[in-house]
Amino acid sequence: MITAEWIYWLAGGFFLTTGIEIALDRSHAKRWTNALFWSLLGGSFFYGSFLGRLPSWPLGLSVIAMALVAGCGLTSAGAVETTSEAQREESARRKGDLLFVPALTIPLVTILFAVGLSRVTLRGLPLLAHGEATLIGLGVAVMAALFVGTLLLRPKQPFVSLREGRRLLETVGWAVLLPQMLTVLGGLFTQAGIGTDVGLIAEHVAPLDSRIVAVIVYALGMALFTVIMGNAFAAFPIMTAAVGWPVLVKHFGAHPAPMFAIGMLAGYCGTLCTPMAANFNLVPPALLEMRDKYRQIKVQIPTALALFVVNVCFMLVLPFA
Amino acid sequence: MDEHLHAVMLPLLGVLMVVMGFALRLNPLIVVTIAGIFSALLAGISPLHILNAFGTGFANSRSISLAFIVLPVVGLAERFGLQQRAKMLIDRAAALTAGRLLLVYLFVRQTAAALGLTSIGGVAQMVRPVIYPMAEAAAMRIGGDELPDDVTDEIKAHAAAADTVGAFFGEDIFVAIGSVLLITSYVDANYHLKLDPLQIALWAIPTAIAAFVTHGLRLLRLDRTLVGRLSANARKTEAD
Repeated sequence: MITAEWIYWLAGGFFLTTGIEIALDRSHAKRWTNALFWSLLGGSFFYGSFLGRLPSWPLGLSVIAMALVAGCGLTSAGAVETTSEAQREESARRKGDLLFVPALTIPLVTILFAVGLSRVTLRGLPLLAHGEATLIGLGVAVMAALFVGTLLLRPKQPFVSLREGRRLLETVGWAVLLPQMLTVLGGLFTQAGIGTDVGLIAEHVAPLDSRIVAVIVYALGMALFTVIMGNAFAAFPIMTAAVGWPVLVKHFGAHPAPMFAIGMLAGYCGTLCTPMAANFNLVPPALLEMRDKYRQIKVQIPTALALFVVNVCFMLVLPFA
Repeated sequence: MDEHLHAVMLPLLGVLMVVMGFALRLNPLIVVTIAGIFSALLAGISPLHILNAFGTGFANSRSISLAFIVLPVVGLAERFGLQQRAKMLIDRAAALTAGRLLLVYLFVRQTAAALGLTSIGGVAQMVRPVIYPMAEAAAMRIGGDELPDDVTDEIKAHAAAADTVGAFFGEDIFVAIGSVLLITSYVDANYHLKLDPLQIALWAIPTAIAAFVTHGLRLLRLDRTLVGRLSANARKTEAD
């Protein structure tokens, strides 16, 4: 049986290589702190596979160290060698639509695994571990796309894709860690009983013994929490621990997949309305040199409101079908 | 509320810290780390337990970050001019109105995001250099070369909004995107389920269709608004 564990090592290897490359890059402005951040991230991906045999607290220390190094502004992107605009124009003309092939390979192979191979059994055992077919597919897809891409595009240096990957990874920067940190925060909030607290408040505010009210509280909570936090990722663990799981799934018997998927999208309606999601709603007006920096949000609000109502209707029907 | 309830509510100060921290634009990593430690301490969780929680929480949520392993592929294609090629393709569709052009972009952006290709598009690479100039040129066909500031702002806002709406309600259909993996990793870690990311992705499709229809209709209405405003404007200029 194939599990997803090796894909974490693939990701860990990519982060670790980035760390090592930066350590060897004398021109990097924040060479050692960046090298430390990416190496710790890569190392933590490997360490995470052995938590049963190894203690968890060293990994916790490493996570907090990464957050502090990156959070204090000690990381920033270096100048990575790549092609110029003119070279790319010329190459785009020469390579044509072949350029889309490596990128399209990823979703195609991933779906092939998730749909085609997820039910294949070998001597009574499933070929791919249950629930991990998609992730395994993603790992294989990336390897296949790199192979196809190298074959079609014929880069002069065979490992240039790793350097290009580092360029993009450094562009994303410390934000790479943020989604995982928000999951950790959600876990801590759950252990501290905050989901229950928000649930208690929700119960005091509205009677959750009605399915319709409970769905509306879950969706509205997702949207409002997202407006405050600027990110549906932060709202999801809190609202799910408070209402989504105990009330909607356990009490009313909602199917978890549609309830949580559409609940997250109700949160996205909040993201469209908030300046807290600065990278989505405030950076574009600056980039486009708009006079009214809030005009994009104003344009998005009607769509957000309409979609919120649509999402609530879906959540009332689809998870209970 | 009685005193016991007050003690239970104490860790909620952690939520308040997150809100304050984000409102003050402090670095989110610092805010999240400190708020997490703070509320756990208030709830009486020991420091060793907190460190363990950071460790296991990180290990169990690694699947979110797997989305980044596609970067070497994207970077390789970018190196050989993927963005430039995409521009060439969209340039051929120059015979469109501003609203219809943005509708096509919304469709392309949403479809690409649904295939996991969120790096095709984006305001910096696509909207500013290609989409907005094309939309503006289309509007100039009815309004003349000097568009009022208010109209250019409206077109810019719609161009940026089409990008955001397309990306948001497309990416959730792709199985390896952060939000899908956040749902599965959070639920699996906390409630001992095994949710398949593909299931989550499929349930995002109804909302994605609704988003395309709703926002698409608004983009077509933008054309009527622009025609109304710009032809009135053109008449006024002629009268002057």
